[in-house]
Amino acid sequence: MERWGVSKLAIVLHGLAGAAILVALYMALVFAPTEATMGHVQRIFYWHVATAWVGFFAFFITLVASIAYLRTGRRRWDIVALSSVEIGLAFAVIMTVTGSLWAKPVWNTWWTWEPRLTTVAIMLLIYATYLLLRRVIEDPGRRARFAAVYGIAGFVSVPITFMAIRWWRTIHPVIFKSEGFDLTPAMLAALIVSVLAYSLLYISLLLLRTQLEFLSDEVAELRESLDE
Amino acid sequence: MTSQAKRWPAVEARSISKAFGRYRVLRGVDLRIEQGEFLALLGPNGAGKTTFLRILATLSRPSEGRAWINGQPLDGDTRRVRQQIGLVSHQTFLYGDLTAEENLRFYGRLYRVPALEERIAELLQRVGLYERRHDPVRTFSRGMQQRLSIARAVLHDPPVLLLDEPDTGLDQQAARMLRELLSLMGAEQRTILMTTHQLERAREMSTRVAILAGGQIRWDSPTAHLSTAELAEAYMELVERRPTHP
Amino acid sequence: MSSAWQAVWAIVKKDILAELRTKETLSMMLIFVLLAVFIFNFAFDLRVENVREVAPGVMWVAFVFAGVLGLNRSFIQEADKGCLDGLLMTPVERSVIYFGKMLGNLIFMLVVDAISLPVFSVLLNLALVRWDIALIVVLGTLGFAGVGTLFSAMTANTRAREVMLPLLLFPVALPLVLAAVKATAGVLDGAGLREVANWLNLLIGYDVAFLTISYLTFDYVVES
Repeated sequence: MERWGVSKLAIVLHGLAGAAILVALYMALVFAPTEATMGHVQRIFYWHVATAWVGFFAFFITLVASIAYLRTGRRRWDIVALSSVEIGLAFAVIMTVTGSLWAKPVWNTWWTWEPRLTTVAIMLLIYATYLLLRRVIEDPGRRARFAAVYGIAGFVSVPITFMAIRWWRTIHPVIFKSEGFDLTPAMLAALIVSVLAYSLLYISLLLLRTQLEFLSDEVAELRESLDE
Repeated sequence: MTSQAKRWPAVEARSISKAFGRYRVLRGVDLRIEQGEFLALLGPNGAGKTTFLRILATLSRPSEGRAWINGQPLDGDTRRVRQQIGLVSHQTFLYGDLTAEENLRFYGRLYRVPALEERIAELLQRVGLYERRHDPVRTFSRGMQQRLSIARAVLHDPPVLLLDEPDTGLDQQAARMLRELLSLMGAEQRTILMTTHQLERAREMSTRVAILAGGQIRWDSPTAHLSTAELAEAYMELVERRPTHP
Repeated sequence: MSSAWQAVWAIVKKDILAELRTKETLSMMLIFVLLAVFIFNFAFDLRVENVREVAPGVMWVAFVFAGVLGLNRSFIQEADKGCLDGLLMTPVERSVIYFGKMLGNLIFMLVVDAISLPVFSVLLNLALVRWDIALIVVLGTLGFAGVGTLFSAMTANTRAREVMLPLLLFPVALPLVLAAVKATAGVLDGAGLREVANWLNLLIGYDVAFLTISYLTFDYVVES
């Protein structure tokens, strides 16, 4: 099987991802100017938004991989779908936690029903259930198929959920305004760097995780042929 | 009665393999059954008999290999294939809350059986359930349910009958009734493939016996001049030499 | 294709016939709905002032939970006697089987909803039996039955299946329930259908999207 994770290209990528995270850290903590009203707390924004976008992107990859699996039946797509869900979940959790950490000092509440925040939180539920679904099915073929169908249905529900919550919110005006600060060019730069860095991290983690799953398959196959 | 070209074998399987995840149940099954034959497929539990039958019944897709029913490929228009087969399994496929008649009517509609009501009456008479036709299947004994299941399977007059250990859980009398029914069905020029692990019954009822072991057909013989002893010997040898994996 | 519709109706009729024999599922769903209203009454203290605000939510939560009950039983019945295999072996397309089961589920849910609405009206002292609410109920239940039938076909064969179905279904059905509740609330407050149009559009959009997805993926769920 291909050694995706350890080829030369992959190692360069892992290195780049690591470096990019460091650069993003610098940009977020040092380079970006301190925001006028919120102060340093606002810097969480760079993690919050970056992980939200990348998390969403990860689930989109799961959608694509799920469709590909149903059409081709090849295990590699199932592996990509599964790996992307795991990584996406991690990012979604970071996004939710950073959201809370940001909300508390700024709006004096741990949670807001802000549409984007809420939608990603629901995605968290959906994809955690995705992993649970895989757990309760024993037959590997069925597991992959059902997970793929759920991966598709789950993702399609997201934009609809987002719209619904946004309309709901305009009827229930929340006490505060939305983010309410303008991005200076320097802040924008920091944000873009953060998003890029986390995207690289996502790809890096995806390579490693899929590699892990491929190896696991190989081990099981070897074990089976030894038993004969 | 269907007027299929008689030159096609009723059932043909080439290199049928099936793996569940990493566990390979069938490893290249080749089998050819001619029109009108009654083939008993023997094998120990776990040999893959049910899996093979399910593949032929289009309920399961093979991992590798191809098969044809009366010349219709399984990977082609499955609707044509399904019209040609009837499956009797140890699961009855009957709805307990519906009556015998209603069950047959339901399946008859899905198979688009012509002159359905007459056909239902005729079949119920044949399997000896006509008096109970308005009773819910829930109230039937296991033997009665199996008989109704056979009626269901031949409702649309399929040229090929697949039977998966149909006598499981039946007492002596019911099993005998079943055997008589099946011989009747065979006499109507249907092709029958029956799986079982009962050697004696296999030899009695069939025109040909094959043994499935280790995921392949390892023995195949007409039953005309076959003694039970010979069959038992071949069976023991095969099953002992290559035990099937859990 | 009329023969496809014949098959769909054959499946629907079979489900209705079987249910009429025992009426088990319907009665369970109805009792559940009533229980839900009673519990909410005590939980939220549904006095006259509160009722109008809370009623839509109560109603839809009750419908949704009863709906899951019905969905569960629909495929578990098929799974237990191997009847689903019997169905799959017939020369009927998988999507036809999907529509048949979906329509059956929809009809059961609508029957329960139709009986519940006048009962709610009495218990909550609100006029709920109106054509605009009926429309919302139909649209909402349609989407729920659509995606629920797909998921229940999946979970019927898994471990912990009664729990898995609500877990899978609720997050995905959330926008549907939200839209239904909001539309119902708007209408109860005196708004015309035009004013809740965006919620209705969301319901319709959801129904179309998920009926399509279910229709396209049902094959993969029942094959083996």
